[in-house]
Amino acid sequence: MSSAAIIEGRKRRLRHRRLTITLLTVAIIVVFAVSLMVGNTFYGPGEVLRVILGDSVPGASFAVGELRLPRAVIATLAGVSFGMGGATFQTMLRNPLASPDIIGITSGASAAAVLGIVFLSLSQTAVSLLALAGALATALAIYLLSIKGGFAGTRLILIGIGIAAMLNSLTTYALAQAASWDLQTAMRWLTGSLNSSSWEVAAPLAAVCVLLVPALALQGRNLAALALGDDSAASLGVRVNRVRVLLILGAVTLLAVATAATGPIAFVAFMAGPIAARLVGPGDALLIPAGVVGALLVLLADLVGQFAFDTRYPVGVITGVLGAPFLIWLLIRTNRSGGSL
Amino acid sequence: MTVRTEPPDVAPLRRPAVVRAVLLFGGLVLVALLVAASVGLGVRSVSLSDIIAALAGQQETVAQAAVVARVPRTVLAILVGAALAVSGMAMQAVTRNPLADPGIFGVSSGAALAVVIGISFFGLSSPWSTMGLAVLGSACAAVFVYTVGSLGRGGATPLKLALAGAATTAALESLVSALLLPRVEAMQIFRFWQIGGVGGATWDRIALVAPVIGIAAVIVVLTAPGMNSLALGDDVATALGERVARTRAFAAIGAVILCGAATSVAGPIAFVGLVVPHLGRLLIGTDHRWLLPLSALLGAALLLAADVVGRLVARPEEVEVGVVTALIGAPFFIWIVRRQRVRQL
Repeated sequence: MSSAAIIEGRKRRLRHRRLTITLLTVAIIVVFAVSLMVGNTFYGPGEVLRVILGDSVPGASFAVGELRLPRAVIATLAGVSFGMGGATFQTMLRNPLASPDIIGITSGASAAAVLGIVFLSLSQTAVSLLALAGALATALAIYLLSIKGGFAGTRLILIGIGIAAMLNSLTTYALAQAASWDLQTAMRWLTGSLNSSSWEVAAPLAAVCVLLVPALALQGRNLAALALGDDSAASLGVRVNRVRVLLILGAVTLLAVATAATGPIAFVAFMAGPIAARLVGPGDALLIPAGVVGALLVLLADLVGQFAFDTRYPVGVITGVLGAPFLIWLLIRTNRSGGSL
Repeated sequence: MTVRTEPPDVAPLRRPAVVRAVLLFGGLVLVALLVAASVGLGVRSVSLSDIIAALAGQQETVAQAAVVARVPRTVLAILVGAALAVSGMAMQAVTRNPLADPGIFGVSSGAALAVVIGISFFGLSSPWSTMGLAVLGSACAAVFVYTVGSLGRGGATPLKLALAGAATTAALESLVSALLLPRVEAMQIFRFWQIGGVGGATWDRIALVAPVIGIAAVIVVLTAPGMNSLALGDDVATALGERVARTRAFAAIGAVILCGAATSVAGPIAFVGLVVPHLGRLLIGTDHRWLLPLSALLGAALLLAADVVGRLVARPEEVEVGVVTALIGAPFFIWIVRRQRVRQL
C-alpha cells in the first residue's frame, strides 16, 4: 500500500471518528434537554432555558432547577465516569470482559456501602464516602496481589474475580441481616438509581470529573501503548509501571466517585467501551468516545426507566436488563476472536 | 495440547497404601468430631450426656431438644459438603482446569435464575420442582460456560473459563434481580435461599435430595478411573483406550447433578468445590479413585466446620455457611492463581 493511501485512510478514519463523536454529543444534548422538559408536568424549551439562565419561573424553578437538572447532570457525569473508567480497564487488560463490574472494583464499593447501611446505619453522605474508600481499597488489594515477579493482566483479572466473589457474599450476608427499611435503602443503592439526585450530590462528582476526565483523556496514547504489552510500551518510551498505576488510580477514582453518587449503575462501565469501539472503529483514543457513549446510555436508560413503563424503574434495572444479553454476546464474540476491544 | 496444570512435584500420583488408608481414616474421624461439634455447639451449648440422650431418642430437656433440632442441619451439611466437593473435583478433572468450581463457573447462578423463573412465572415452589429447576439451570449454565470458555484460540484456559463464568454470573444475576424487583414475596423467599445455608434443613428436604445426590455420586465414582486418564490429555487417554468423550460426558453429568441438587437445598455455596479437591490432591495425590472419597470427607468436614463457626462467631445471630466458605475460599483461590505460571492462565 502506498503511503498516500495510508495517510488518506487515516484521514478518513479521523473524519469518521469526529463525525461520530459530534453526532453522539448532539444526541446527548437532545436527550439531556428532553429529560429536563418531561416529567409530571411538561415544561417547554423556553421555560427550561429561563430556569437555567437563573430566572424565577413559578413551578418550573423547583421542578427543573432542583430536581431534573441535577438529575440530568449527575446522569451525564456518572455516565462519562463509568464509560471512561471501564474503557481504561478494558484497554489496559486487553479484554472487554475485564470491566470493573466483573473484576471486583464495583463489588468493593457495593460491599462497603451495604455494610455501612445495614450495620452502621450511616447517612447518605457517609455511605458515599465509604463506597469510595471500598472501591479504592479493593483496587489496591487486587493490584498488589496480582504482582508476583512482575505485573500480569491475566492474574489481575482472575484475582479480581476471586475478590469479587468474596465481597459479593459479604453483600448478600448483609442484605439477609438487614431490617426491612435498611433492606430497601440497600437494594435501591445496589441497583443504581438517580432518584436521590440533588446539587449536593452533583457537586463533588462534578469537581472530580473536571479534574480527572481531561487527565485520563490525555493518557489515552500511553494507555494504547500499554495495551500492546509491557515490552512494546517500554520501547515506545512509556514508563510502564508509573503509567499503569496512574491510569488505575485515575480510573478507579472516577468510577468510585460516580458509584458513590448513584450506586453501581449496572454494566455501563462494561458496555460503553465496546459500543464506542464499534462506533468509532479501532483507534488509539477510545476513552473520550467511551465516556460519551456512557453518558448517553445513562441518560437514555433513565428516561426509559422513568417514563416507558407503568412503574418507575431505577436506571440500573434498565441498564442491567440491556447489559445482560450484551455481556453474553460479547463473551461469545471475544472468545471466538481471541480478545481485544 | 494444554499444559499440565499440576506441577508433578507438588502432587504425587499416589501415596503409599498405608498413608492413603490413614488419610481416609483421619478424614472420617475429623467428620465424626465435627458432627459432635455441630450437634453440641451453637447458640446454646449442650453437654455430652445430653447429646447422647438426645440421639437415643429422649427429648425432655431444652438442651436435648436443641440437639434434636440440630441433627437435620448436620446431616444436610455433610451431604451438601460432600456433593459440592466431589462435583468440584469432577469439574476440575473434566475441564483440566485448576480453577473449576460450581460457584466460579456460574453454575450456581444458572440454578438461581431457573428457580426464580419457576417461582415468578409458573408458581413452582414445591421442593421437587425447585430441585428439578436447579439441576436444569445448573446444567444449562455449565454447558454454556464451558462451550463459550473453550471457543477460540488456546481452548478452555483458566482465564477464559473464569471470565466466562464471572460474566455469565453477572448477566444472570442482573436478570434475577430484574425479575425479583417487582415481586416482593418472591424476593423474600429468594433472599434467604440465595445466601447459601443449611439452617433451614428438614428431614423432608434431606429425603428428597439424598437419593439424587447418591445416584450422581455413583456416576462420578464409576468415572473416577477414567478421570485419571483424562489428566494425561485427550490424545494419550485415547491411545490408552479411554473413551474420552463418554467419560467426560458422564463425569460432567454427575458433577452438574451433584451441584444442582446441593444448590437446590442449600443455595449457592461457592469455593467448597474449589478448595477441597486441591487440598485432597496435596494430601493423597492425584489418583481420582482415592481423591474422590477423601474429597467427599473433607467437603463434609469443611461445610460442617463452616456451619459451626458461622453459628459461634455472631451469637445469637448466625452467619450462613455460604458466607463463611466464601471468606475462606477466596484467599485460597487467589493462592492457586498466584501459584500458576502466567503462561498457563
